[in-house]
Amino acid sequence: MDALTLARLQFGITTVYHFFFVPLSIGLAIIVALMQTQYVRTGNEKYKAMTKFWGKLLLINFAMGVVTGIVQEFQFGMNWSEYSRFVGDIFGAPLAIEALVAFFIESTFLGVWIFGWDKLGKRTHLLAIWLVAFSSTLSSFWILVANSFMQNPVGYRIAESGRAEMTDFIAVITNPNVLLQFPHVVLGALTTGAFFVLGISAYHLLRGRHANLAMFQTSAQIGMVIGVIAVLATMGFGHAQGQRMADTQPMKLASAEGLWQSEDPAGLSMFQIGNEAERTSVINIRIPSLLSFLSYNTADGMVQGINELQAQYEAQYGPGDYAPPAIWLTYWSFRAMVGAGALMFVLGGLSFILCRTNRLNQTKWLLRLLVLAIFLPYLANSTGWMLTEVGRQPWIVQGLMTIDQAVSPNVTVEMLAISLVGFTLIYGLLMVADVYLLQKFARDTGSESSAPAPQTDQPKTALKGAY
Amino acid sequence: MDYQTLQTLWFVLIAVLFTGFFLLEGYDYGVGVLLPFVSKNDAERRMVINAIGPFWDGNEVWLLTAGGAIFAAFPNWYATLFSGFYLALFLILIALIVRGVAFEFRSKDENPRWRSLWDAALFIGSFLPALLWGVAVGNFLRGVAIDASMTVVGSFFDLLNPYALLGGVLTLTLFTLHGALFLELKTDGLVRERVQKITRWLWLPVTVIALAFVGYSALETDMFAALNIVEILGLVGAVAGLLFTGAMIFTKRFGRAFLGTGITLVGTVALVFATLFPRVLPSTLGAEFDLTIYNASSSEYTLGVMTVIALTLVPVILAYQAWTYWVFRKRLTAQSHLEY
Repeated sequence: MDALTLARLQFGITTVYHFFFVPLSIGLAIIVALMQTQYVRTGNEKYKAMTKFWGKLLLINFAMGVVTGIVQEFQFGMNWSEYSRFVGDIFGAPLAIEALVAFFIESTFLGVWIFGWDKLGKRTHLLAIWLVAFSSTLSSFWILVANSFMQNPVGYRIAESGRAEMTDFIAVITNPNVLLQFPHVVLGALTTGAFFVLGISAYHLLRGRHANLAMFQTSAQIGMVIGVIAVLATMGFGHAQGQRMADTQPMKLASAEGLWQSEDPAGLSMFQIGNEAERTSVINIRIPSLLSFLSYNTADGMVQGINELQAQYEAQYGPGDYAPPAIWLTYWSFRAMVGAGALMFVLGGLSFILCRTNRLNQTKWLLRLLVLAIFLPYLANSTGWMLTEVGRQPWIVQGLMTIDQAVSPNVTVEMLAISLVGFTLIYGLLMVADVYLLQKFARDTGSESSAPAPQTDQPKTALKGAY
Repeated sequence: MDYQTLQTLWFVLIAVLFTGFFLLEGYDYGVGVLLPFVSKNDAERRMVINAIGPFWDGNEVWLLTAGGAIFAAFPNWYATLFSGFYLALFLILIALIVRGVAFEFRSKDENPRWRSLWDAALFIGSFLPALLWGVAVGNFLRGVAIDASMTVVGSFFDLLNPYALLGGVLTLTLFTLHGALFLELKTDGLVRERVQKITRWLWLPVTVIALAFVGYSALETDMFAALNIVEILGLVGAVAGLLFTGAMIFTKRFGRAFLGTGITLVGTVALVFATLFPRVLPSTLGAEFDLTIYNASSSEYTLGVMTVIALTLVPVILAYQAWTYWVFRKRLTAQSHLEY
């Protein structure tokens, strides 16, 4: 494999892996903060037990998100030095601001929250977890500002030196792309946290062996309410993003839909087997006019196809292949994301209805499905990013720089192979350790530390290590 | 502010971020290196780890911010440095990954093999970066093979020259001494006694290595070619800090001794950056290929925007990080409630 392929593979692996942890950190931090708020407001020990239980899982996950994030910051310079030189004037700023406004608050107050239970007043301690939730959300804003420049460059000029330079900071941070992408990602994170809480609560309701089952009844309710609302809102913003894409990244839309030829009105493909070499479809089951409707809110309207866009870009940018390298990936990623979202909405909605009529605990099949549904947000998050990033190819910055111009010239295949194997190996081992700990604490029945009454501070565990 | 002033200001700001990094993460690397030597059982190991528990993550952000600031303010510096020091940074990344996870994972399972695995991760994850950052700084001072396209053409093994390796040994031992003094202030009982002993026999080697590095710098770099006032202050501060530390260690005034290693670290960073200025990464292939604050920097507009943001935020960050040291000021004892 050549250096470019290895560098792309490494970016794909490390980024998808990093984003296994980020949404849960953001979503669960908000939910834990809400639980602790309830505890501080009502003094009800049940909410304290909930805060501690979910907080422990949050911390395990948080550590993984933090350490894999460092790789992301270093990777642009290590593997993509020419990209870094080209866009550093714009792209570096949100990364530095992210560190200054978000990482510092997040890391400092996470330490305060972990170690501050008996050293701070209740309200100050509550403030610490809210600062963690707030700053990790804020962090995603800045990284999405950076990403949005790659999707839809604004507020810049090309200088005489040939590099892109920022001319309007406000335009960069109010990029129309980020104004939809940020809520989409944060609501997706909240969905991830909510279905995590709902799924693990369902597990305990199903088994019924936990010493404090009431805590999971309440947790499940919190999870389903937040989950249903968040997943619906995520889909809404996702739809708006799709409509923008028709404007700013029509090639991404066409490859998400496997639309080879322009159509007016365009049908929505439900199942397609395509021939990528010939750029045609072999089997394609479609609903007429639906894609035009989704794109423009009217029954007709031209949606451009891959082949027409290719011809148009060749005229505009010169010879080259301007379609993403794997249409099957963008096509199925999009369907997996939307499908997972719809499934979450159905499962969440169903559990809400059953819960309102007090039948949830008896509906074992649904509880079992809810446990499995923990994985749905992960599927949606990963495939969503695959669509966003693969669909932009061959561009690294839409319309300004292609991926093959971006890679570090002095980084050899051997070096890339070492780091790719190294990261993949370490990430694989850490995943084993992480899942081991998560399932251990998620399945914990709480029997050793508490009888019916939920525990307060237990000096007993001081050295035995609850955490 | 004009363009050159902004460029100089950002050079200084990045020096400040590195100072925060060396001063703060320096001691927690040191604590990680000392872990196997000052604690003999699980309770003691937990005391050592919990001594830096509330702080290590916030300390590490100084490095991440320095990295982000280099990217934002000097994209060519970021691109050349990170691609040119590829394998060294890869090792540092692996170290920081296993180290960060180890803090959170280690005490969440009772299995002794699980715990000793993460203890090893803590040690290696602290040892490697403590060594490699010194190697990196040595190479910053000595210069690397940068060609006309601002690309480092040398190999990983060029970075492992004797001078840079001595720099690595210096940061490793200095951070360890700094960490030992921090532990002295934060722990109790046998751990504290062992730490005190270590500070006594670590001080002299550190001082000798530091002086040797300064001497070697005269041969390998242009540190003494045209001494400016900041270099002189940094050098004098670094040496005086170490001598002061020695005097305080042997008279058992460890708080002051910690202040002493702190002054040494601040002085060292000042000396390094003042020697480099206005270069950020000298080239061994000719001065015309040096990366400087002028040919590596962002546009005037970007530097202006970033200046407003950084100068507003840095004081706030300093305030709340200082507050956490106040909240967790107490020494840990065998009776303390431990979170890690």
